Amino acid sequence: MFGWEFPPHISGGLGTACFGLTKGLAELNNIDVTFVVPKAFGDEDQSAMKLVGANNIPVAKSKIQFDDIQKKIDYYEVNSPIIPYVDEDEFWELKSGKYSKKSQFIETDEGFKIDFSGKYELNLLEEIYNYAAVAGIIAGNTDFDIIHAHDWLAYPAGIAAKNISGKPLVIHVHATEFDRSGGNINRKVYSIEREGMELADKIIAVSNFTKNIITDKYGISPHKITTVYNAVEPVFRKNSNKINKHINEKVVTFLGRITQQKGPEYFIEAANLVLKKTDGVRFVMAGSGDMMNAMITRIAELGIADKFSFTGFLEGGDVQKMFQLTDVFVMPSVSEPFGIVPLEAMQSEVPVIISNQSGVSEILENAIKINFWDTYAMADAIFGLLNYPALSSYFKEEGKTEVDKLRWIDSAQKVLEVYKLALVK
Amino acid sequence: MKSVCLFFQVHQPFRHRRYRFFDIDTDHYYYDDYTNETIMREIAEKSYLPTNEILLKLVDKLEGKFKVAFSITGVALEQFVLYAPEVIESFQKLAKSGCVEFLAETYSHSLASLNDRDIFEKQVKLHEQKIIELFGQKPRVFRNTEMIYSDEIGDKIEKMGYSAILTEGAKHVLGWKSPNYLYASALNPKLKILMRNFKLSDDISFRFSNTNWDKFPLTAEKFVGWLENTEPNEEVINLFLSYGSFGDRQSKESGIFDFLETLSQAIIQNRNLKFATPTEVVEELQPVSVVSVPYPISWADEERDLTAWLGNKMQKEAFDKLYHLKQKMDKCSDTNLIKDWNYLQVSDHFYYMSTKSFSDGEVHNSFNPFDSPYEAFINYMNVLSDFKIRLDLLIPDDKTENEISNLQKNISKKDVKIKKLEAQLIQLQKEKKRRKK
Repeated sequence: MFGWEFPPHISGGLGTACFGLTKGLAELNNIDVTFVVPKAFGDEDQSAMKLVGANNIPVAKSKIQFDDIQKKIDYYEVNSPIIPYVDEDEFWELKSGKYSKKSQFIETDEGFKIDFSGKYELNLLEEIYNYAAVAGIIAGNTDFDIIHAHDWLAYPAGIAAKNISGKPLVIHVHATEFDRSGGNINRKVYSIEREGMELADKIIAVSNFTKNIITDKYGISPHKITTVYNAVEPVFRKNSNKINKHINEKVVTFLGRITQQKGPEYFIEAANLVLKKTDGVRFVMAGSGDMMNAMITRIAELGIADKFSFTGFLEGGDVQKMFQLTDVFVMPSVSEPFGIVPLEAMQSEVPVIISNQSGVSEILENAIKINFWDTYAMADAIFGLLNYPALSSYFKEEGKTEVDKLRWIDSAQKVLEVYKLALVK
Repeated sequence: MKSVCLFFQVHQPFRHRRYRFFDIDTDHYYYDDYTNETIMREIAEKSYLPTNEILLKLVDKLEGKFKVAFSITGVALEQFVLYAPEVIESFQKLAKSGCVEFLAETYSHSLASLNDRDIFEKQVKLHEQKIIELFGQKPRVFRNTEMIYSDEIGDKIEKMGYSAILTEGAKHVLGWKSPNYLYASALNPKLKILMRNFKLSDDISFRFSNTNWDKFPLTAEKFVGWLENTEPNEEVINLFLSYGSFGDRQSKESGIFDFLETLSQAIIQNRNLKFATPTEVVEELQPVSVVSVPYPISWADEERDLTAWLGNKMQKEAFDKLYHLKQKMDKCSDTNLIKDWNYLQVSDHFYYMSTKSFSDGEVHNSFNPFDSPYEAFINYMNVLSDFKIRLDLLIPDDKTENEISNLQKNISKKDVKIKKLEAQLIQLQKEKKRRKK
């Protein structure tokens, strides 16, 4: 399996999904997974890794043991000096962490399009092909039956592995350039994606929403594509000491990158409508992104800045805390291939409002679904959840029950079916 | 001779428009006139008018032997007046024929029977007045909203002066017993119960045009055969249908109108069968046994219970919040508020909030103007919030009211005292003057 990120070093849903799926596959019988990531973070214990020869192909191998599963997953790391990150904020956050001095940073935008600054000259595309070269070598040295590549950064690696081994390639589309860029696509990324889709034996899409993009925008036959929905890792609340809300306000939360794809401006317009009618509500935008300043300007313009809080990017544990303070979670995404965050909110018993333009809306019943542009409907839903207690208590209960039924092992089972089809070919 | 008791339900709700929370306290008009008119015109033309036409013909042709019963809700009648007055006229013609019995029910097709006796009685009386006014008949038999029935409801009905009630021949109530007899209430045996034969009724209303049905196609001859072949001593077959089954659920092209016509003729020509209205059934037959229904039943869904209207938290909350206003409504005489109050009670609003559609499917969805039960709930609660504001304005909370009246009492007491003291003062002043002299 090839993927660009793997927990704990993740920038979004991709790494989480890769981890969940790999774990699910490990629970099934007779599947051994080898996961290859470009090693980019210096804070890992390098002493446990055998780094194989320099320019050439530094390969690290380690074994990860899942807590509750006896099986081991091989975990390769290619020592990549590159950390793709999203904006300046995140860059400084990453930079201030404990990274080895060798790590270098390049600036990329939403679409991982590279935004060169004098300081960071490394080329991400080059890196992807380096990664692919390594993939080819790993493929030559390892015994396996099928190749599975996650998202465009790993497609060239998948293709390389296929070319060398002749084994079938399954690519897993977690997002496309169209989701990330909002229509203004990067040609190079598009062509890498398209090549991957064309050369793959089977394609897994995380939703029908994404499947439709693959058929419409990339011209791929729908017969080749199978939709496999993501699931969510169950949370076991170890420390049940709930945070006491010190503010006597209801909290409505937006959690995600503040970028065009996530629709933050619609959240603000809806908030403005709600605030015209009610008091005692606070709107929180948790995350960072290139539209943050524009959003702050808009809030000031509307004169509702006193009702808004910005938290910046939240790390794992803080996300849980945020949900505990939240009364309503809103995901107004303009184009969301899946969207795992609402599932996490539901696990924490938070009622959710999601846009119809998200993959997750295809499977959720206990969520209010609206069109992202319909700020009136969004405002009405927020108001309803804040003011009519029966509605939120219904969602707290039913939503939790529903989301607890989504398990990675079921998704893995479906992936296995796809493997079988690919192998028959 | 077996009786065939034919009954049709006629109901259309006043559907709410998309009422957003920013409309609360600014816009007090709740209804989607366009949708209501469109639906009413469509169903009147597709179903009500042509079916009435056939019934009139049958009444005429079969010389009084053809009989049928209707329950038309008050809100449906109001909509006929607004959008399709010719439907009222054609029902009036049917009423004059003497072959048609109009049954009592709640004015709003409401769930009031599950709440307060006063509200329920008011609703029933209001409907009765309307029926008398329009059709010159005083109903004697009761049919509750969606066939909802329980021992308790039956007792209320009997005490209000009705001889019988129609309900669903639900399996879990009847057990091994057949619906094809007249029954009496276990709690109050004075009340007779007519049990719907759901198999034969649904053969017409749901399965008639279903080509996958093993009995397809359904002919009048076949159906009469089934009626005849019921157990020899069974006495009455209750065919209770939604009137929209003719021409709407079963389209004209399916041949449903011909079926209705030929079936009616075949029943009359058959030596072992005849038509009877509910009142005739009650007069002619003796109840064979009592039926005990401790928990309310209805004709909805597989469960035949109330879960279609009061199955989830949202529905219960909306229901409670609505009827929480009843005391204030007692004091309210504002005609606009009373009108809205009647429309707010329509059971369809609660039906739209059902989350059963996720599993129970099509039937729920096909009548629902909302995309999701949550939208339906939010919309209803927004309307109710506005209604409450208007009502509160007119009839302030009891607390403030009491306070004001207490204060007023105090003031008037003190007024009396002041007058007394003033009088005394004048008296004293006079005495003073006298002494000086």
